Amino acid sequence: MKSLKHLLDKARPAFEPGGRLSALGSVFDGFDTFLFTPRTTSGPSSVHVHDAIDSKRTMIVVVAALMPCFFFGMYNTGYQHWLALGATEFHFWQLMLYGLLAVLPRVIVTYFVGLGIEFAFAQWRKEEIQEGFLVTGILIPMICPIETPLWMLAVATAFAVVFAKEVFGGTGYNIVNVALVARAFLFFAYPAQMSGDKVFVASGTAFGYGMPVADGFTCATPLGQIATHSEGALTLTGIDGHVLTAWDAFVGLIPGSFGETSVLCILIGAAILLFSGMANWRIMLGVFGGGLVMGWIANAFATPTYPASLLPAWEQLLYGGFAFAAVFMATDPVTAARTNTGKWIYGILIGVIAVIIRVYNNGYPEGAMLAVLLMNVFSSLIDWCVVQANIRRRMRRLIAKSSES
Amino acid sequence: MYKEKLVTLQLKNTVYLNTMKIKIGKGLNLPIAGAADTDDVRCIYVDRVSVVPGDFPGFVPKVDVTPGDTVTIGAPLMHDKRCPALKLVSPLAGTVVEVERGERRRLLKVTVKAEGEACKHFDLTCNDAAECAALLAESGLLALMRQRPYDVVPSPDVLPRDIFVSAIYSAPLELPLACRITAADKPALDEAAAFLARITPGKVYLSHDASWTFGAVQGAEMVEVEGPHPAGNVGVQIANIAPVNKGDVVWTLDAVTLLRIGRLLQHGTFDASATVGVCGPAVAVPYVARTVMGAPVKPLLEDAETNDGRRHRIISGNVLVGTAVGADGCLRYPYRQVTVIDEGDDVDEFMGWASLSPSKMSVNRTFPGHFLKRLFRPDARLLGGRRAMIMSGEYDAMMPMDVMPEYLLKAIIARDIDNMERLGIYEVAPEDFALAEYADTSKLPLQHMVREGLDYLRKELE
Repeated sequence: MKSLKHLLDKARPAFEPGGRLSALGSVFDGFDTFLFTPRTTSGPSSVHVHDAIDSKRTMIVVVAALMPCFFFGMYNTGYQHWLALGATEFHFWQLMLYGLLAVLPRVIVTYFVGLGIEFAFAQWRKEEIQEGFLVTGILIPMICPIETPLWMLAVATAFAVVFAKEVFGGTGYNIVNVALVARAFLFFAYPAQMSGDKVFVASGTAFGYGMPVADGFTCATPLGQIATHSEGALTLTGIDGHVLTAWDAFVGLIPGSFGETSVLCILIGAAILLFSGMANWRIMLGVFGGGLVMGWIANAFATPTYPASLLPAWEQLLYGGFAFAAVFMATDPVTAARTNTGKWIYGILIGVIAVIIRVYNNGYPEGAMLAVLLMNVFSSLIDWCVVQANIRRRMRRLIAKSSES
Repeated sequence: MYKEKLVTLQLKNTVYLNTMKIKIGKGLNLPIAGAADTDDVRCIYVDRVSVVPGDFPGFVPKVDVTPGDTVTIGAPLMHDKRCPALKLVSPLAGTVVEVERGERRRLLKVTVKAEGEACKHFDLTCNDAAECAALLAESGLLALMRQRPYDVVPSPDVLPRDIFVSAIYSAPLELPLACRITAADKPALDEAAAFLARITPGKVYLSHDASWTFGAVQGAEMVEVEGPHPAGNVGVQIANIAPVNKGDVVWTLDAVTLLRIGRLLQHGTFDASATVGVCGPAVAVPYVARTVMGAPVKPLLEDAETNDGRRHRIISGNVLVGTAVGADGCLRYPYRQVTVIDEGDDVDEFMGWASLSPSKMSVNRTFPGHFLKRLFRPDARLLGGRRAMIMSGEYDAMMPMDVMPEYLLKAIIARDIDNMERLGIYEVAPEDFALAEYADTSKLPLQHMVREGLDYLRKELE
């Protein structure tokens, strides 16, 4: 490690202001602080010792919590692909390899575009590179359908990073969740390509691996099937026509966005986030609770006009991006409510609104994304109301005092 | 918010009828190695002391002596420009050897060389509250107290609503109460509390924890506080006993200052002795030093500091609210502790953010050290880059007061006076944010921000 440090120290002058490569100063700094903990020490009259936690570790723990979902997404992508081909036998490593080859270009493109923009802004602002995009960059491919064209991913990522984050000042200042803005951008800018029943199952070859799927197969997601359901009993089917049970949805072997399908893996991620203190349990519980209550209300007044109301309340939590949004999206500390009471209100409303959109708006089969974005916008207002309570307590004390004297 | 507030009525002989009991849930005792061995008490004699006016926020110094002047213990070295009655006095008898000034002739410190033991005797006759306050100001003891709002040296002209005394020493590596106060001091404490009670129309509250064995102090309302640091921060105690409202002025002090007041009333002289814990992970033999206020740290550390070739940070005070003074520095207000830790700027830690080393101190559960019942030897590094506020609730978990730290800090950053007032800036001092600053993922200098906010507010409103 000494030689590596030595190398960095030798290269440093070129990257400093006035150096040959000073235009890449922030990038160099980013790598330097990534590899070696900065030597910066506390000021002479501030706190002299600091907790070992920092922003880098925070972000990496969130990425680690996403890994079960990511690996399951690889498996499921392969599984759905071979299912569409009509296979009856599935080999684990075959599925994993196909999934990896299918998702890898997407991860690379989002990181390349997103980090590129982050680096450029950091250099322009003469700031350190911030770690927020480490999480965003893995989230974007995970919440998009696997067949999303690469150029669309690149455009959406660029749009989200610039207009949802950098214009507000960068990590820590954004109002809405950056990854969800990328998803929403795709959803509204390319509706034809981003919905329907083709995009959610990988139908081509990945780097020559796998086989092209014959035209004419349908692979609607469970929520897509529900939205287009017209009459009779509601039965959900997989892409080969077999009946999907709630257990399938819990485990995640259903068509859907890359990383969102497995509630089981999402719960493992939730456990990691809660154990490490990176996400707030109030928000998670609020979203699930709100979704359950609204699902129950919708189901109590079930009507064929709104086919999603035929689902029992608890099944609302298993399909689509609901669980993923509850665990990974709603809990983003920057865009969520910051007061404890606010977190409850924010979480519950996300759950309620997600189910309302899903059930009562036939145009959008899934409401979790829109619910989180909407509540991101309102989280500051919720906090403002909670803070007013603290202010009022103080005011009352003052009034009580002045009336005494 | 504080977990619970128990006001129990218990009959304990006739001295006092009720005891207030406060239980603090939030906070943290930092597990740092190097606590002083309380049986190892040494007297450290020094030949000179320095008084640093910068230790006394709100005090605008005007020097009363010139090099060569002879001073006695308790003789004024400087006074406050805005309130000339307020003095900083000499802890030693001897000769003024240096009046050090910095940029724009700002007074940095006054150094006195020891010679003899002559004491200034103060006139102790006080007829009313104003004269009592004037005596404290004249004797230099008022400068050892603080006022809220603004966390500044109190002005003797404004009599306080209440006076709060903290006898809890909960900061990291702080010496236990027993090293500072003994049963023999009880009469002095009684006298001092009764004296303070004459100054305020309100009450004198004395907060203590289970280690208080001296019974009730006459003239003071006893409050038992239980919980981790910052239980000993007087701001936390005030917030849970009788919060400061806009327009209120309260005075705060610690038990040692109360004892000094008692000694003044008993003997008529200024007691400049100081019991100092010499401690920290970079001290080989942590011990208790009996010395004098403003003593240089060199003789204190001579036989104690670890000689391991590493750069050390010598802090006068504790790791949360101390001042780094360097090897040539002196003991600074509140003259209670010298902590030595590794500076850490000679360490290259490879991918420290990914470390699973059990020697990392953290409140976060992703560090194995969090679960170990061990003591740590942290250094002075920030251990990360400075960021915007990202994680929520971190500050809150370290502040057992009914304020919303994130929002108050944002109001301070924005210099928004209305919101600072609404969110309770009058109730806080920088030290109340020290633990939050320690735990902060974003490594923001919270105490500095609060100090700037308080100074700004004071400038605008006074």
